[in-house]
Formats: sequence, C-alpha cells, structure tokens
Amino acid sequence: MNARKNRTVVYHILVCLFGLVMIYPVLWMIMSSFKNSSEIFQNADSLLPTSFKFSNYTNGWSGFGGVSFSVFFKNSFLICILATVGTVISSAIIAYGFARCNFKFRNFWFGCMLISMMMPFQMIMIPQFIIFKKLNWVGTFLPLIVPYFFGLPFGIFLIMQFIRGIPKELDEAAKIDGCSTYGIFGRIILPLIVPALITTAIFQFMWRWDDFLAALLFLNKPSRYPVSLALKMFSDPSAQSDWGAMFAMATLSLVPIFIIFICLQKYLVEGISTTGMKD
Amino acid sequence: MTISQRLNKENTAGYIFISLFIIGFLAFTIVPIGVSFVLSFTDYDILSAPTFIGLNNFKEMFQDPTFWQSMGVTFYYALVSVPLRLIFALLVAMVLVRPSKASGVYRAVYYLPSIIGSSVAVAVLWKRLFASDGAINALLAMVGLPGDTAWLAQTNTALWVLIILAVWQFGSSMLIFLSGLKQIPVSYYEAATIDGASGPKKFFSITLPMLTPVIFFNLVMQLINGFMAFTQCYIITGGKPLNTTLFYSVYMYQCSFQFNRMGYGCAMAWIMLILVAVMTGILFKTSNKWVYYESK
Repeated sequence: MNARKNRTVVYHILVCLFGLVMIYPVLWMIMSSFKNSSEIFQNADSLLPTSFKFSNYTNGWSGFGGVSFSVFFKNSFLICILATVGTVISSAIIAYGFARCNFKFRNFWFGCMLISMMMPFQMIMIPQFIIFKKLNWVGTFLPLIVPYFFGLPFGIFLIMQFIRGIPKELDEAAKIDGCSTYGIFGRIILPLIVPALITTAIFQFMWRWDDFLAALLFLNKPSRYPVSLALKMFSDPSAQSDWGAMFAMATLSLVPIFIIFICLQKYLVEGISTTGMKD
Repeated sequence: MTISQRLNKENTAGYIFISLFIIGFLAFTIVPIGVSFVLSFTDYDILSAPTFIGLNNFKEMFQDPTFWQSMGVTFYYALVSVPLRLIFALLVAMVLVRPSKASGVYRAVYYLPSIIGSSVAVAVLWKRLFASDGAINALLAMVGLPGDTAWLAQTNTALWVLIILAVWQFGSSMLIFLSGLKQIPVSYYEAATIDGASGPKKFFSITLPMLTPVIFFNLVMQLINGFMAFTQCYIITGGKPLNTTLFYSVYMYQCSFQFNRMGYGCAMAWIMLILVAVMTGILFKTSNKWVYYESK
C-alpha cells in the first residue's frame, strides 16, 4: 500500500514539474509585462518582478504611428465577430443539406468540401489577393469576413456529425404534421444543434483572432490592423523596442483566448475529440 | 406542381441548402486555383499585364538555390516536428489517461500551449525567450550551463527554435489520443493480462494498433499544415540566418509580395501542391499496411 502511495506521489510531482515547464514561457511573458523594461532581461531568470508596475500597459496601449491599441482591439473584435457569425449560420445550413437531404451528386460535392478542407490558404493566397485587388477589397475588412459566409469545412463536419446523432423519426414526424424541409431545419434541427454551433463559433473565433497571414496580405493601413498584425509591427526592431510594453500588449492580446479557454473548455475538448482534428 | 412542392423536393432542397458552399467553393477556391494555374506560366508584377513566358518560371525555379534551400528547410521542419509532436502527444496522453482528481487540471495545462501557440503573441514571446539575453540562456546560466548561445543567430540552432515551438503545441493531439485511448475496451487489456502479456507487449499489440486510424488522420493533416507553416517563421526568424530557416511559404510570400513576382509565386505554389498531394497519396496508399480499421 505504502509503495503504491509513493508511486502516486512521484507521478504527481513529475506531471506537475513537466506542466510547469510547459507553461513557463507564458508565465514569463505575463510576469515580464509587469517588470521594468531593463529588468526583463537583467533578471530574465526570475519569474517575479521586483515590484509590479502597470506602466507597461499604459505605454503599450498608446500603440504606434498615432494609432492606439483600442483601435486594433476594436478591429479584431469586428472582424472576428462578423466572420464567426457568418461561419456559424452558413455552416449550419450547409451541414443540414449534406446530412439530411438526398440530392444528385451529393458525394461529388462532399468530395469538393474535403478538397477545400485540405487546401491550405497559402496555395490560393496569391490569386485571392489579385482577385480582391481587382474588386478593390484590399485595405478593407471584406476579404477577412466575406469568405466565411460560405461555410467553414471544419464547422460543416462538426455540425453534420451532430445532426447524424439526431433520430430521423423526429424529421419524419414533423413531415407528417405538414412541416416543410425548411421548417424541419428551422424548428426541429436548429434548436437541437446549438452545442455544435457554439463549438464551431468558439474555434472560428479563436482562429480568426490568431489569424496573421490574411491580415498581412489584405490590410495596408495601421488604422485597419487587427491586434495580431499590430503586435508584429509593434515588435519590429526598427523602433526603439520597449519590450515591457510589447509583453504587456502580447498578454492583453491573449486575454480573449484565455477567457474562452477557462470558461468554455468543455466545448473545446468536445470539438477536438469529435472531429479528431485541430485545424 | 406548385412552387412550394417543387422547393420541397429533396433534390432541390438539398441544392438550396448547400448552395452557399457551392458559390463559396467556386468563388474562393476554384477560380483562384484556375487563376493561379494560368499565372504560373506568366511573368506578372500586378501593375502591368501578365506576359506569357511558358515554362520559364519552373525552369528558373529549379536553378534557384534559395528555392531548393527553402524546400529542404521545410521538409526538415515538417518531417521532424510533426512526428515528434505526435510521439509527445501519445506519451503524455498515456500518462494522463490514469484517472486522478487533478487530471482535469493537468490536461488543461498541457493543452494551453496548443491553443495559443499559433498566435503572434507567442511568436514574439518565443523570439525573446531564445534571444541571447533571453530567459532560456538566463535559466541555463542559473543551473551552471553555458548561457551565451545565440540560438536564433546560429545556423545549426535557429531551425530547432521553431521545431521546439511546434512540438510544444502537442496538446490538441494529446486530447485526441486521450479520447482514443478511452475508447479501447478494457476487456482487451484484461484478456492480454490473463494471457500473461507484459506492459510493452500490450502497448504494441493493443494500444498502438487501436490508435492507428487517429494517428494516421493527424499525421496527414499536420504534415500538410507543417509544409505550409508561415507565421512563426515570418515573425521569429524571418528566414535568417543565411536562409537556414526560410520556410517555403515565406519564400513564396517574399517572391510574390516583396519582389512583386506573382507568376513565380504561383508556380511555386503549384510545385508545393503537387508535392503535398503526392505525399498524401503515398500515405493513403501505404495506410492499409499499417492503419488498423476495426470493421475489417
């Protein structure tokens, strides 16, 4: 019994130690955001600052080029929320079509969806840029939002899985009562797939929040930058780098992700284990 | 037939429901792929009209040392970081599958890096962690090891900084393996124990084969993403030193958007697409040799 207890203790110590190594970089960033800029690298080995200072946050918030981080955060929220709303609505509609309707060439279109899921954005970024340029969309938020109003393969998959779990008898009963296909979707299925919609929304929000490449390509004025792009410009060594302020803004940029992580972890875990993929 | 009856036919209804997908797929995937195909045979700087140059982009590419270097770097990065990440994920999942009161917390701690790992915030953090005066060197000095390595400036360490960042994000694969492990019937292990099988024997004869479908799917998806990695390289190293960390997609971005050679960039994209497709095809072809599907 005693030996078993010892083994349990060793197990927990090892798992905790390794866990500490895993989150040390994040802790170091958060702690450094409260240190003096000079202290960050002089005392790089100590986690705790000699005294907690919030000046980094006020310095960082003023941003660069006359644009403050309040603008960058506003841009990020606008892009992420619109793209997420579009994703959820369109993916739910498309998923219902694939999961419940028997139409000609369904497998063909399903294959197309697999292709668009496997197709990396880098493959089509150059022609997309050219097309958006011709449409005069470059420099606006449209390229970062509009494509998501046509479904996200990850979301479509996730919602399809969910719809397949709903008994078909429910649809048939509604049909007998005179409900149209659209009525079945709106009144029966939609209320039942809310958990899958939430999971889709969470993932898409986080991906849009982190998205850097599309913003780098399609936006050209600092006043339009989302936080991710602003952070990169902020950390460029061309300006006199204020590392404390940079860590402060980096920490702030992760706050929405942390909140989702802490409050909605259940949905994240479910989304990952049901689709078996992360991006 | 009235309009409402017509709309209610399953065929019509199906197409109405997926019409958004069809439009989006044509507008944002098929048309760009077509445009990319045509442009890959041209010289195009986006300002003046494209000029047709036949296969010259491809010919030039094969003589471009930077192209070959970026290809090599990308293969090295993807083929090292993806298997390492999956092995880590599996090992940690096997440790955490053991039920305990704290396992929820442990799972969360190990999962956190993969949630934030692709952000710009972590990229700029990583750059500072591995700076000459950063936390890694300070910690190494503290335990008495040499603490003056210029991780990001040396040709033999810079790429490993990016690989470590990729492996650090093993959390979501770990969650997938955890849910896979929990689906393996306990009776299999009980039967093996009765037959006197050892721990490693159980792992290689039960655990690993049962997980191969999950491993396969993750290997394919993560390799595709690995070959296309962009943000972390662009922010942390920018390809330096001496292009030893120059990822393929970063070089493609430089060619198209910094040197304004859209045609050359499109040609590069096609080469990568073909390579990734061939590799995925090979993985699928060999999959029935090592991936175990229960229904068979």
